[in-house]
Amino acid sequence: MTALLATRNLESFYGDFQALFGIDFEIAQGEIVAIIGANGAGKSTFLKTVAGLLKAKRDAVTFEGEPIGGMPTGKIVQRGVALVPEGRRLFPSLSVEENLLMGAYAKRPGPWNLDAVYGLFPILAEKRRNPGTALSGGQQQMVAIGRALMSNPKLLICDEISLGLAPIVVKEIYDALPSVCAGGLTVIIVEQDVSVAQRVSNRLYCLQEGRVTLSGASQALSREQISQAYFGV
Amino acid sequence: MSTAPIAFEVSRATRASRIGGAAAVVFVAFLASFPWWADHGWMREFNEMACYLIFAMMWNLLAGYGGMVSIGQQAYLGLGGYALLVMGNFGGVNPFVAVPIAAVLTMLVALPVSKIAFRLQGGYFAIGTWVIAEVFRLSIANVSAVGGGSGTSLTALRGIEKATRVSVTFWLCLVAAVASVALVYWFLRSRQGLALLAIRDSEIASESQGVNVRATKLGVYLVAAFGAGLAGALYFLGNLRISPDAAFTVNWTAFTIFIVMIGGIGTIEGPIVGVVLFWLLNKYFSEYGTWYLVGLGLLAIVVTIRFPRGLWGYVAHRFDLNFFPVQRRLVLHEPPKD
Amino acid sequence: MTGWIDTIVQGVLLGGLYALFAMGQSLIFGVMRLTNTAHGDFIILAAFGAFSLVLAIGLPPAAAPWAAMGALLPIAFGVGYGLQRFVLNGTLGKDPLPSLVVTFGLAIVIQNVLQEVYSADPRSIESGGLNIASVPIGADLAVGTLPLLIFGIAVAMAVAMQWLFDRTAIGRAFRAVSDDRDAAELMGLDHRHVYALATGIAFVLVAIAGTLHGMKTTVSPADGPALLLYAFEAVIIGGMGSFYGTLAGGIILGVTQAIGFRIDPGWGIWAGHVVFLAMLLFRPSGLFPKTR
Repeated sequence: MTALLATRNLESFYGDFQALFGIDFEIAQGEIVAIIGANGAGKSTFLKTVAGLLKAKRDAVTFEGEPIGGMPTGKIVQRGVALVPEGRRLFPSLSVEENLLMGAYAKRPGPWNLDAVYGLFPILAEKRRNPGTALSGGQQQMVAIGRALMSNPKLLICDEISLGLAPIVVKEIYDALPSVCAGGLTVIIVEQDVSVAQRVSNRLYCLQEGRVTLSGASQALSREQISQAYFGV
Repeated sequence: MSTAPIAFEVSRATRASRIGGAAAVVFVAFLASFPWWADHGWMREFNEMACYLIFAMMWNLLAGYGGMVSIGQQAYLGLGGYALLVMGNFGGVNPFVAVPIAAVLTMLVALPVSKIAFRLQGGYFAIGTWVIAEVFRLSIANVSAVGGGSGTSLTALRGIEKATRVSVTFWLCLVAAVASVALVYWFLRSRQGLALLAIRDSEIASESQGVNVRATKLGVYLVAAFGAGLAGALYFLGNLRISPDAAFTVNWTAFTIFIVMIGGIGTIEGPIVGVVLFWLLNKYFSEYGTWYLVGLGLLAIVVTIRFPRGLWGYVAHRFDLNFFPVQRRLVLHEPPKD
Repeated sequence: MTGWIDTIVQGVLLGGLYALFAMGQSLIFGVMRLTNTAHGDFIILAAFGAFSLVLAIGLPPAAAPWAAMGALLPIAFGVGYGLQRFVLNGTLGKDPLPSLVVTFGLAIVIQNVLQEVYSADPRSIESGGLNIASVPIGADLAVGTLPLLIFGIAVAMAVAMQWLFDRTAIGRAFRAVSDDRDAAELMGLDHRHVYALATGIAFVLVAIAGTLHGMKTTVSPADGPALLLYAFEAVIIGGMGSFYGTLAGGIILGVTQAIGFRIDPGWGIWAGHVVFLAMLLFRPSGLFPKTR
């Protein structure tokens, strides 16, 4: 089995500050993998580096066996990687529908279009004409996920989608995950909430201070192992 | 022994700054002797370049350190010139005495004007200040008492003997040029200057550290207006004739941007290097007229894109030279061995 | 009384031309917060370009300026696209200084090259008498045909640009890149290309404005900076981010100048500048600020 996405000894820097120290990561077609870790562990940095927003060595990141490290974000999106960024980052001067249409900019063929997204999150169809930022937090998150799906990605990466949302809303969003993955979509989720991460994922990586401290099948890992890897105590 | 305090001092002087300081004193003394032996033409040339230097030092302070890129500083240069003219021709003030007063008056005008200019930021500020300069130009062009659009002569100097006039004007220019460098240097080393450097790095962060961003920027704007007014008063004192088009032309700022960018923006040495270079280019190439100006424009573009630190910035970086150390260095002394 | 109505009407029509000057600037501001200080000089460059094309094409004077304008549009788009892609994109950033210095340098280059090529003499584009024809309105009022035409084009362009910005995919990309460049990159956009498209379109507007300006009046190589200031004032008076606002801003500026000129020719331009500064003081976000 070859990995859809893999990183080998991935390092990342903000200026002189090193944020990632040799991350080895892989995810197979159709898998759901969670990345957990405390604030500042390097989770978002890892995602940004994979998505091309931060520099990386060309062969430190491979997608479908081809090196993509440090490629322009746009090119990586064209290949089928979509990132739902932390904090949602909706375009304030675009309506809900326009935000979704921006997701289709890469023009990749596939099952996802406006109707499919509205089918997944019916509330968005009602609010299609509203400015994206006029919605509730949970609805905005739906727009952000829908927008990423509109590019018909092979790999969907979700950065802290539960951040700042009520538990019931988080549940509602994660409940949509199985139908999103029905078509064989591969998903990486980054979560602060360990129990949520463990419940929805097949495998799990834990980061601490820019290094992988634990990885394995989500259900097989014990609480103690995780908190050991999470806090280093 | 571990209880021995670490000896240190905060130092700003560098070896280069000490040698440079001594050389500068000798050079200024040499220049000051010009009126006894040098050609009048040389002094005129020096006066003009001194005005450019003062104006450029101020633009550098405003744009390079203060982050306020103005294309309208000619407003204050022109006002300085006209303030001198009005005081001399109508107020009976000795024109030499009127020079510093003109600079202060210009600064007073800048205070209310800043209320309007500060409504704009970044590129909008640049063009907004240009509009303000145009308002001054058009206003004065409509005042017939000062000659309207065609301008007028500085008649107040008529009673003064030519040799005296030329010498005093030259010395005033020399003193003002040195003083403007000293003023900017002093300003940057003061608390205000430290605040300014902090603002340049991050406006929000410095605000949260208790730096009053608005007051600091206003201070810079007023100092820059003072300097521009001084340059204008001196320029037209040497020129004897003033017109709105000559006083408020955007070319003042255009040449200044060239001088500062080529020399090295955000350094004190930069404008000095830039003025010397501008003087040389002007001397040998200005006969080519429009092509000369095309060349200056292209040079400014290339330097900005390829060598954003300018000539001095490059040299200083390469050889770690610093004649006007603004930053503080921590010097640790070896603890006494026992 | 008729005299004043005439003044206002002339001012409104003049404002149409100013709005045309301003729309390209408005687009570039809106998409990338870039201040192109050579904007006016590019309008003058376009006017001289059209002037030379008219001579080169050799059509009858009534048709030649329009043919020249048509030929100029793709050239202008290419120049704008290339300038942004290969020069100006490299100057964008938090610090406004590099872009200001580079465009200011360009302004000086354009002015002096034009002066070298065309001399400092004012030129005008021959339009077969269109510039002196007029349309009677009522008993003792007539308006120039060309100014009326220019005003019509300005309104059409404002509508077209607003539609482009609000309703098309390219407009959506412009707004998205303007809102959040990194997030837009995550959608697969290349912001350098999007910026270059915006400047290309802005230069098409510049070419239209320049040709019409050259037909209406005389142009000389040093005229650019004044046009830059008028364009800038129209954008700020109207409020950033709205082309209808820019049109309104242009009209306000035109009417103010016309009234000023009528009172005393020495104060016409001055009056326009002062209204702009007063606007900054009392309503800094402009007449039609973007609401969302």
